[in-house]
Amino acid sequence: MALLIKNGRVIDPKSKRDEEADILIENGKIVRIAANITNNAAEILDAKNKIVVPGLVDIHAHFREPGYEYKETILSASHAAAAGGYTSVCCMPNTNPVIDNQGVVEFILSENKKAGLINLFPIGSITKSLEGKELSELGDLKDSGCVAFSDDGHSVMNAEIMRRALEYSLMVGLPIISHCEEMSLAAGGVMNEGYISAVLGLKGIPSVAETVMVARDIQLARYTGARLHIAHVSCRESVELIRTAKANKVAVTCECCPHHFTLSDEAVLDYDTNTKVNPPLRTKDDINALLEGVKDGTIDCIATDHAPHAEAEKDVVFDQAPFGIIGLETALALGITELVEKNILTINELIEKMSYSPARVLGLDNGYLEQNASADITIIDTKRKWIVKKDNFLSKSRNSPFIGMQLTGCAVATIVKGRIIFKPQ
Amino acid sequence: MEEWTRKDLLGLQELDSKEIELILQTAASFKEISTRAVKKVPTLRGKTIVLFFFEPSTRTRSSFELAAKRLSADTLSIATSSSAIQKGETLKDTFKNIEAMQVDCIIIRHSSSGVAHVLAKCMGPSIINAGDGCHEHPTQALLDIFTIKEKKGHIKGLNVSIIGDISHSRVARSNIWGLTKLGANVTVCGPKTLLPKDIEKMPVKVTTDLAEGMKGADVINVLRIQKERQKAGLFPSLREYAMRFGVTTEKLKNYAKEDVMIMHPGPMNRGIEITPDVADGKYSVILEQVTNGIAVRMAVLYLVLQAGDDEQQEQQ
Ligand SMILES: [Zn+2]
Repeated sequence: MALLIKNGRVIDPKSKRDEEADILIENGKIVRIAANITNNAAEILDAKNKIVVPGLVDIHAHFREPGYEYKETILSASHAAAAGGYTSVCCMPNTNPVIDNQGVVEFILSENKKAGLINLFPIGSITKSLEGKELSELGDLKDSGCVAFSDDGHSVMNAEIMRRALEYSLMVGLPIISHCEEMSLAAGGVMNEGYISAVLGLKGIPSVAETVMVARDIQLARYTGARLHIAHVSCRESVELIRTAKANKVAVTCECCPHHFTLSDEAVLDYDTNTKVNPPLRTKDDINALLEGVKDGTIDCIATDHAPHAEAEKDVVFDQAPFGIIGLETALALGITELVEKNILTINELIEKMSYSPARVLGLDNGYLEQNASADITIIDTKRKWIVKKDNFLSKSRNSPFIGMQLTGCAVATIVKGRIIFKPQ
Repeated sequence: MEEWTRKDLLGLQELDSKEIELILQTAASFKEISTRAVKKVPTLRGKTIVLFFFEPSTRTRSSFELAAKRLSADTLSIATSSSAIQKGETLKDTFKNIEAMQVDCIIIRHSSSGVAHVLAKCMGPSIINAGDGCHEHPTQALLDIFTIKEKKGHIKGLNVSIIGDISHSRVARSNIWGLTKLGANVTVCGPKTLLPKDIEKMPVKVTTDLAEGMKGADVINVLRIQKERQKAGLFPSLREYAMRFGVTTEKLKNYAKEDVMIMHPGPMNRGIEITPDVADGKYSVILEQVTNGIAVRMAVLYLVLQAGDDEQQEQQ
């Protein structure tokens, strides 16, 4: 079965291709990228006035299965991912049971096979049960299909364990993704510490809770020579630390999330629990620092940190609500609206940070368009304006602070291994 | 007279000076009722007011209850803990049930900041915030301001110092907004560890030196220090707190104006944040605050329920 994408503007971050071209797909692979391809047997997909890019890659999402299927399942998250233009997603291990052994990895991969939509790459836990005490079987986790290790949701508080995890992961050959949060500084906090938390009377999470851990982990990575990826960078000082570390040739990369570069802590003023996220929404100055970091390349990737929670869980007082925002279906549009339309990034650079770059951070064979590559492709209308509506989410959860906002840009077709998995109307 | 249009009283931050003045004027006219032999007027006859207290409170609850009763409203008082409600039922479920019983006003005290705001958005009855977490306690600040105005004759230009744990104090926040809107100069004073980050962005002067905090003050509002804060590592000991921040006659004589007025929202830790001779002495207006609390709460109940009626008439 052949598929021919015609008349689109093909953007490939790896080869830097940016031209009007057609793409012919056969047997799940890209056969040819060239102008004016004709093929009478192929199904034609018209991409005129659209961009044709590598399928987006999310390096950080929570799929909630196994254990929290009432929030999200691999199937519902796959639909959300496809609608957001994602063809590959890495899922964090804070499921129940935790992804800390081969059995859970195999379960996830087999459920994903049944769902049959996207490429799903499990991230194994650094420590057993995410307890921060003993290393998970990192070698076995890699052999069963994990692409990185993380205790996301917490830092590994014990610096010795973190050091050994970095060394061991270096041997195994996979990066460590660190959620940086010094727990004693953050304890009990529910939003960014600053003027807004002072006014609202809510306990703050100081930015220094993040930055002391970013600093520690950078030093550990430097000392061990291991590969460190820092998750969801949210504040100015973290960006500065990572910039300096990169200048010093430390093997560190990082990501930031659309909610962190779009919304400041002022969004919390209404006590809307959908603005409660960890790390918290920071200040406008922090947003500016993130934008600088995105622009100068300090920030390598844009990740969703898609974190679904059921409506009843969020419909409680702010103190008690769980942290998290869903992001798979809004990330691309937020990137276009906040970064491209505001001239922080070109569309080419945005696509790179949402596909090729995260794939490269984890060594995935995804995120580029070339002959013989897997036909994972997203077609995007970069001009279309749409309003985020609660009832339109394909995710099982609706915890988005962007409901009601008008955004620009959306996926109009998502293709995995040559098969169209999302195409509205 | 200005019109009152709000269905709810959630905090003083969102009020303007005219609205605050209106509450104070209304309170002044209600204060007289409490001095009569028959302390009751029929103003709110037929209205049902629910007092929902998720935190223990004797004085605020009894003050509201008396205020409601002196206006002839029917009251239902529910004292519970946040945990008792959580067995599968959300806070909104609980309140929707109360709403379905066709009550007119819900007075709520809760340990979480923002509860009154969130409920007001989804509820028909008037919501009065009787203290939410560390956020606001508007009627306490209103009675403080009423008491100051009664004693000093005016608010504008007065120097008011609030001393103690500003971080965790809803009384402090409501006082800061209310007083500054009426033109007072507010100073907050406490240990650095009990001042919220970025407090200086609020319209206040900030100091960690008690002498500085007392200097030139016409009014000193002393906040209760919670002993748990010491266990959380926020200050070394109650002894040191009393030495550095406790308000004593001697310190008042050394640093404060001669006609300084001392307030405390209660309950007091005598001998810690305030010495007994100060609490009971000539500077203190602490019991007058309690008396005025009833008049202020009568005014608030009267105004929000009046506004609720107007709203209903418009809809009909
Ligand atoms: Zn995280």
